[in-house]
Amino acid sequence: MTTPITSGVPQGSVPVVAGEPRFLYLLRHADDNLVLAQRLAEWVSWAPELEEDIALANLALDFLGVARALYTYAGEVEGKGRGEDDLAMFRTEREFLNVLLVERPNTDFAHTMARQLFFDAYQLELWEALSSSADETIAGIAAKALKEARYHFRHSSTWVIRLGDGTEESHRRMQAGIDALWMFTGELFEADDVDAAVVETGVGVDPATLRPGWERRVADVLAEATLQIPDDPFQRTGGRVGFHSEHLGRLLAEMQWMQRTYPGMSW
Amino acid sequence: MTTISERTSPAERFQAIIDADEKVEPSDWMPEGYRKTLIRQIAQHAHSEVIGMQPEGNWITRAPTLERKAILIAKVQDEAGHGLYLYSAAETLGVTRDELVELLHTGRQKYSSIFNYPTLTWADIGAIGWLVDGAAITNQVMLTRTSYGPYARAMVRICKEESFHQRQGYEIMLRLCNGTPEQKAMAQDAVNRWWWPALMMFGPHDSESTHTSQSMEWKIKRISNDDLRQHFVDMTVPQAEYLGLTLPDPELRWNPERGHYDFGEIDWDEFWRVVNGHGPMNRDRLEHKIRAWEDGEWVRDAAAAYAEKQQARRAASRTGG
Amino acid sequence: MAYSVPHVDGEPDPEFGRSESRGWPMWEVFVRQRRGMSHVHAGSLHAPDAETALQHARDVYTRRVEGVSVWVVPSSAIVASDPDEADAFFEAIEKPYRAATYYEIPDEVGQM
Repeated sequence: MTTPITSGVPQGSVPVVAGEPRFLYLLRHADDNLVLAQRLAEWVSWAPELEEDIALANLALDFLGVARALYTYAGEVEGKGRGEDDLAMFRTEREFLNVLLVERPNTDFAHTMARQLFFDAYQLELWEALSSSADETIAGIAAKALKEARYHFRHSSTWVIRLGDGTEESHRRMQAGIDALWMFTGELFEADDVDAAVVETGVGVDPATLRPGWERRVADVLAEATLQIPDDPFQRTGGRVGFHSEHLGRLLAEMQWMQRTYPGMSW
Repeated sequence: MTTISERTSPAERFQAIIDADEKVEPSDWMPEGYRKTLIRQIAQHAHSEVIGMQPEGNWITRAPTLERKAILIAKVQDEAGHGLYLYSAAETLGVTRDELVELLHTGRQKYSSIFNYPTLTWADIGAIGWLVDGAAITNQVMLTRTSYGPYARAMVRICKEESFHQRQGYEIMLRLCNGTPEQKAMAQDAVNRWWWPALMMFGPHDSESTHTSQSMEWKIKRISNDDLRQHFVDMTVPQAEYLGLTLPDPELRWNPERGHYDFGEIDWDEFWRVVNGHGPMNRDRLEHKIRAWEDGEWVRDAAAAYAEKQQARRAASRTGG
Repeated sequence: MAYSVPHVDGEPDPEFGRSESRGWPMWEVFVRQRRGMSHVHAGSLHAPDAETALQHARDVYTRRVEGVSVWVVPSSAIVASDPDEADAFFEAIEKPYRAATYYEIPDEVGQM
């Protein structure tokens, strides 16, 4: 494989969020799940068939459920009385710590399934590892999420295979989705000080250790789907420290609009 | 005494089933008019569920809290499911979902006019749950007793699943009415905009509705439009009072002699205008639906093509290749 | 939700069952609600193949944790009895001796 060329935060950039590693670790994963849930929710009433509308809504509900559990716990860990909605609705794009992959626009069903395949395979590895976290709450959330992730991966691989090995058009679109999102997969496995700290305490997992399992799963599905693994060495990074694409700001503007417009009210 | 099955002619047997309050099942003989009425009604009911996903879906990405977002996704997802159950029920009558979808897209079949109004504020989500689902439930509880078996069974499932829909809507309204003056005003504005359209959901007056009597003879429909509407008004007025909201009808008052609320006259010009395609959102709703269907065509085709390939591969491996 | 859509003057009366469907085939879904119970027919859906039919069945018919097991069967594989021959097919003449209440057992014998 070619040596990756990774583009991330510019020289001089300093993260705007600071905090205890376990809190930041929880936020990063909560943000992954919330942003992806929001993207999947955009599909509602736009799916190719009624059955798939229901399936995509189920996915959105699963990711949203995990996000809520993680935010709630993050708020407890932080100890400043912030709840799930405070964390979700009152942080800016520089303070969101999700990976770039989940904020990519839906584009078309193939892009969405490519995003799901990459992320579902990652979460399978992640939740499996975190099921034995030294933090019992995290282990509990992970064990429940693992069951859901198994189904998610089955769903996305089913579709990637059908689109890859379907018609000429679907093959072309599916390959385009894989190619477009490939540059956002490397970030899933990057480790920094936050990861090192949670690995040290047995709370978290070193993302790099998730990579071999992920690569195997993705390679198997792409092979069956008659799709090529991209050889583009370019990779994007920065989400974990709040250096996002321009898409996230709009997603948050929409999601947070009610709370920002009518602050302090109960809904 | 003769049993249903001992009657000689199919028409007699059909009538005996209806008279005995039993269910007509797909393989039974039925009059062509009965079949067509059912296809039309079930299909339009299904279309309504599916188009109904749009006005509420409009607020999923903007729901004020994560919990409200989850509830709303689950509710809109239910509507997709209910559309699906209903299309399936229609398909037992010898029609395909594709045909029905095409009739919708070409404007030859309609959906409930209620969805031709826009959802402009979060309070609309509460008002829809409370008033629109409330009106719908009134109608569909009746339909669990409809004479066509697959339709009745679909309605039983739908009623069971929708039990939370109206309650969540009312809870949203309660929260707004117990909130700031701004929130309460938002709730009142929503009720002002949704009250009359909700009453219109029950359709024209019985005297204007020629098809109603035939539907009632066949026991497809079991309570008349006006009776259902009255029932809904009687049920809803106290709920509005509890919220402290005013229903936008100066003629609305309790009539002790009738034992019902009297209420004003629906603007039938508006009613027919919207039914005939000239409501605020008719064109947007249909455009959205058609675009989603067209955008999804390559996906549906790809899945079908893959299934064919797999079948061919299996066949080839069976014959030893 | 349930809705009545009023008839509009001049509304067309479409003919059905003419066109060859391009859509995904139909499947019947059977759900086992709890261990120890039979699979019961829950409804139908459309899917391109068995795997997607299973996934759709799970998403559509067990959204509320209503099952521990699901079967999907192509609707075209169902063979049904003919309702016009119901008389001949299902015995109209009762065989009362198949019922437990047909037999008189003295009370002293107790529950049987």
